[in-house]
Amino acid sequence: MSPTSEAAELPTVEAVADGCLLLSHRLTEWVSDAPTMEEDVALGNIALDLLGQARGLLSSLGDEDQLAYFRDADDFHNPAICATPNGDFAKTMLRQAFADCWLELVWAALADHEVDVVRGVAAKAVKENAYHRRHSRSWVVRLGDGTEESRRRMLLALEDLWPLTAEIAVPGWREAATDVLVEATIPVPAAALADDAAIAACVEERRALLEEMQSLARAHPGASW
Amino acid sequence: MTAAAARAWDALATVMDPEIPVLSVLDLGIIRGIEESADGREVEITVTPTFSGCPATEVITAAIRTALAASYDEVEVRVQLLPPWTTDWMSEAGREALRDFGIAAPNGRAVLRLAGSDRPDSCPQCGSIDVEELAGFGSTPCKALWRCTSCREPFDYFKVH
Repeated sequence: MSPTSEAAELPTVEAVADGCLLLSHRLTEWVSDAPTMEEDVALGNIALDLLGQARGLLSSLGDEDQLAYFRDADDFHNPAICATPNGDFAKTMLRQAFADCWLELVWAALADHEVDVVRGVAAKAVKENAYHRRHSRSWVVRLGDGTEESRRRMLLALEDLWPLTAEIAVPGWREAATDVLVEATIPVPAAALADDAAIAACVEERRALLEEMQSLARAHPGASW
Repeated sequence: MTAAAARAWDALATVMDPEIPVLSVLDLGIIRGIEESADGREVEITVTPTFSGCPATEVITAAIRTALAASYDEVEVRVQLLPPWTTDWMSEAGREALRDFGIAAPNGRAVLRLAGSDRPDSCPQCGSIDVEELAGFGSTPCKALWRCTSCREPFDYFKVH
């Protein structure tokens, strides 16, 4: 059989909620450490939008705090790419561009969801995502079509991230991602095949992320300030 | 509007956005409904948040409750997500207050506006139309950072949303 891959299915609400939550957390890891102050602000803003979107979706599924802080790592359903470590700035921006392309299609689909809250979150998120996409795309283009060093890093980022894209390649995703890569003068690889080893590694990385993210709430249940 | 509902209206006019203290919740366009009980003792306010993760939303909801508690025995604040908030709902008075405060007001309607084609009409400091974007994200979710190339001052721009 030829190694063609089929498009990924549209994710469940839970998968989108978890994806937004963990991607948001990854972005906050940059704050105060980004290449420029404007980038600290941008990544903080994008993280905040994603957190708000995750909260809206989680609250449609149950108690948001319970789901975010007291669920075990194995019970999260995010696409692996959302929780994969930041790496360098090139990898963070390429991850963001891929996730933004995915979310654009996901929000459009969820805008017709049967649950009011989900439709409401999606309708708002469509507009927020447009800003995120513009930002991540401009960095992928700037770095991919930039200096020898920035291009080298963008190519390495692509090598790292591409195996994880099979999970998010919903109908329309490949075209959107190709459009970004072409403008960045980055060669577009053949469609990614599901890579169990890469995804298994991400499950371990997610465990480490959650250990940190959940530690305060678990050490002091019900804490507020 | 009944004379009684005007009480709610007047009270809401005093509730300001904590990040942009010249903009009331009415100017911002997030108040989508005011329902009073027949005896005028209870009121239900419907609010549509601006951005998904905006931390000001919870502060604003609490401030609405406090402002109305003086006039009503019971205050209910209901959050409504649909239709989503847009800067098209901002009042003309609100836009002027923004400019006086040094923030460029949303330029144009959100309908069919694409991120990236959005730019302030002029510098809120000197009025020049020669402006350029410094950063697409600013100090709050609703703003971007711009600079005037005439007077050289940076300024916030309230993005069309």
